[in-house]
Amino acid sequence: MFGKLTWSAIPVDQPVPLAAGLFVALVMLGTVLLVTLKGWWPYLWREWLTSVDHKRIGIMYVLLALLMLLRGFIDALMMRTQQVMAIGAAQGYLPPEHYDQIFSAHGTIMIFFMAMTFMIGLMNFVVPLQLGVRDVAFPVLNAISFWLTASGALLVNLSLLIGNFSRATWLAFPPLSELQFSPDVGVDYYLWALQISGIGTLLAGINMVTTILKLRAPGMSYMRMPVFCWTALCSSMLIVAAFPVLTATFGMLLLDRYAGMHFFTNQDGGNAMLYFNLIWIWGHPEVYILILPAFGVFSEVIATFSSKMLFGYRSMVLATLAICVLSFMVWLHHFFTMGAGADVNAFFGIMSMVIAIPTGVKVFNWLFTLFRGRVRFEVPLLWSLGFIVTFVIGGLTGVLLAVPPADFVLHNSVFLVAHFHNVIIGGVVFGAMAGYNYWFPKAFGFCLERRWGIASFWCWLLGFYLAFMPLYLLGLLGMTRRLQHIPDPRWKLLLEVAEVGALLILCGIGSTVVQLIVSIRSRKERRDRTGDPWDARTLEWSTPSPPPEYNFAVLPRVRGIDAFWDLKQQGPAPGGETAHYEPIEIPANSPNGFVTAFFAVVTGFALIWHIGWLAWLGLLCALIVLFAFGWIPRHGRPISARELEHAEHARRVGSPA
Amino acid sequence: MSSPRLGAPCLLLASSLLGGCGSQGILDPQGPVAAAERLILMNSTAIMLCVVLPVIALTGIFAVRYRSSNRRATYEPRWGYSGKIELVVWSIPALTVILLSGVSWIGSHELDPARPLEADTPPLRIEVVALDWKWLFIYPDERVAAVNEIAVPVGTPIDFEITSATVMTAFFVPQLGTQIYAMPGMSSRLNLLASAPGHYPGFAAHFSGDGFSDMRFVVHALPPAEYAAWLAQTRESGETLDEAHYDALARVAAKAPVETFRTVSPGLFLHALRSSMQPFASAAGG
Repeated sequence: MFGKLTWSAIPVDQPVPLAAGLFVALVMLGTVLLVTLKGWWPYLWREWLTSVDHKRIGIMYVLLALLMLLRGFIDALMMRTQQVMAIGAAQGYLPPEHYDQIFSAHGTIMIFFMAMTFMIGLMNFVVPLQLGVRDVAFPVLNAISFWLTASGALLVNLSLLIGNFSRATWLAFPPLSELQFSPDVGVDYYLWALQISGIGTLLAGINMVTTILKLRAPGMSYMRMPVFCWTALCSSMLIVAAFPVLTATFGMLLLDRYAGMHFFTNQDGGNAMLYFNLIWIWGHPEVYILILPAFGVFSEVIATFSSKMLFGYRSMVLATLAICVLSFMVWLHHFFTMGAGADVNAFFGIMSMVIAIPTGVKVFNWLFTLFRGRVRFEVPLLWSLGFIVTFVIGGLTGVLLAVPPADFVLHNSVFLVAHFHNVIIGGVVFGAMAGYNYWFPKAFGFCLERRWGIASFWCWLLGFYLAFMPLYLLGLLGMTRRLQHIPDPRWKLLLEVAEVGALLILCGIGSTVVQLIVSIRSRKERRDRTGDPWDARTLEWSTPSPPPEYNFAVLPRVRGIDAFWDLKQQGPAPGGETAHYEPIEIPANSPNGFVTAFFAVVTGFALIWHIGWLAWLGLLCALIVLFAFGWIPRHGRPISARELEHAEHARRVGSPA
Repeated sequence: MSSPRLGAPCLLLASSLLGGCGSQGILDPQGPVAAAERLILMNSTAIMLCVVLPVIALTGIFAVRYRSSNRRATYEPRWGYSGKIELVVWSIPALTVILLSGVSWIGSHELDPARPLEADTPPLRIEVVALDWKWLFIYPDERVAAVNEIAVPVGTPIDFEITSATVMTAFFVPQLGTQIYAMPGMSSRLNLLASAPGHYPGFAAHFSGDGFSDMRFVVHALPPAEYAAWLAQTRESGETLDEAHYDALARVAAKAPVETFRTVSPGLFLHALRSSMQPFASAAGG
């Protein structure tokens, strides 16, 4: 009746995961209770849970990413603390079976549910506004994408309280992740959570590619698109090309585990090397899925706060496209030590270095954007400067790892761990924070508090260096990654420094939380009535903050790069602003995403615990909901030309600009 | 931007500090492979620092010089293209990468793990089996074996043939150089040489399950006479490692103390290779 699910699935004998699980459960229950008591459900349901507005969905993506940042960071802090406590003969406070779950969960959550979710959130919010259009190509599909991502996140966190999570690293390498070596439900939680959220990500990618290719304001030719839209396009194309590989790879591993097949098993001709190749054919493009939108954020932020055109726009576009293509030709550098021949290793090493060329060009172009500008040190720019300095160091160590003979001694060490945190924190997280501070006023109509923002930046920056420079050294000293206890007492000092760094990053995260609270409390004084608090360059700033649900009353006419800057400098195009208003239709809300995702969670949970009837029932319900809502014709809410004109007029009169 | 500037030179500083003191890890190579790899590491870092340090400096200089309060600085809001600068910014990374590609191509071939090392003495063959969570080393020509310990003569190339009887992991002795994956059902080749006597830590470098952290061993690089003595002593003590004994060793998934075996039944490595592919009642750990 309940498959493998029994009362013993609740880890009453393991205090740490139980406490963590109970904490998460209590917070969720508390939130539900609060919402119920305050009678917020109708509002939440109407304005958020069933919303198909790309701005609302973008905000929900970012909120989910911030929550997952907290979860993933607690894991990180626990790991750092364990390594400081377990030196020499000491075993620390986390036994291997728990520690192994934590580092697996940390990687999984941070990549899939923090970094990628954050970037997709920013793209969702910003791209249609920058393109000068009213929504993404498929608004309902957009909601489904988000809710499926949230389903995956929920399943991963459910493993805290019911059962356990994978202990087979964040990529579930076989044969360790096969039934023979991981018979419990941990790997199944991992696989089903990522399969469900992976479908959401793929749909989001398709949606974004379609939006950018097919929906642009009049005059917005490709070479007039803001660089962020270019990076969003390339990142989304990578999603469309790479995620099916991930789904197929996990599908094969699932067939091994559920149907007794032998793709990657030790027995019957299975081969784990196949999995290594497949997972990294997805995995390397994945890092560019994360970093390209961050590059886009920096391009916008640096140009805006230098009050100057982006230097080398065409080079930037070309470099982005080059990275997009090259990212599929380097996957083997993740396993130079597998014993491929010298020619193969050298080829993939050199291809990996070739990616450094367009990336290097981008860095130089950002530098020359600062050059002869008027640089304003607002919070988003600080993150961008911190990024350039930090990222080039990460790039250096990355190219070092691409040299096969150097990789032979650095691979699998904490040097490698330091490298990818260097580029993911220094690149993606800094980009996410820059974007968060930059677009927050657009999303909510008031600016974030500056001093707490600066505090957050410095804590993160210094915390990063303190936490990861020691890991570079430890890697050179021969410390391998994923150690539950540390064999060499001489490494103690460096590990303690890394722990201090992690605590400093905690202060950075705390500052961000305080910044948000302080800003919300003083939102009346921080109200932005201009819609353009940063004197920015692209079309999203030509709308009021927050933008109306239709974004633009009249679609803007684009005459060049930096369309809004152009408008501010030269005034409206002849006939541009006095253009006549036309009636539009706002897409109707749809519970499709939320309800489908609910059944996806049920199905995933049932599959994890081998509850056959529930899995079939859940899948059936999910499909019925998906198709039923898909077929029912739903008329959007029409807005007449007169209403639009009134709203626009009211805005003009009300705003000082 | 004071602290970030410390970041990049940190590597070099640390290298000189720790490497100079002859401390440990890959900064303290004790064989030609590790020494060549450290050299490539240093050279590549130096080449890249030539680009990275100026970029870090320029970031600070440009940001300060063109701060908005400095009204004496030139301001060109419409300046967004310069053919000359474009040429330079594409050339600098391209030239750096061309240089490093040469280093990579030559290095990959010269330091190919499967390539035999040149030396006066014929290589010593050692077969390595990764077990949950211990290492078994078989000397097929000397007909002895050891768990979690290798003794090798200084100056003799070692020809490792490596497999795993359980999950994948990696065989790595940082001070001797190159690591390589140990994979079930497959054998990997690795050639290393210890040029100075010493005791060098080795370990599993690729996560392999709960006992991973304990999967460590020591390489004793001994002068030839001492190595001969070790061999003689090993042949006189310990038990015989036959297939049954091996299966018992493989079945228990736990760390193990150092142990030596006086004799090994022939073809045991092949047995280990094959048994990893057996249905898992017999091959898997408990």
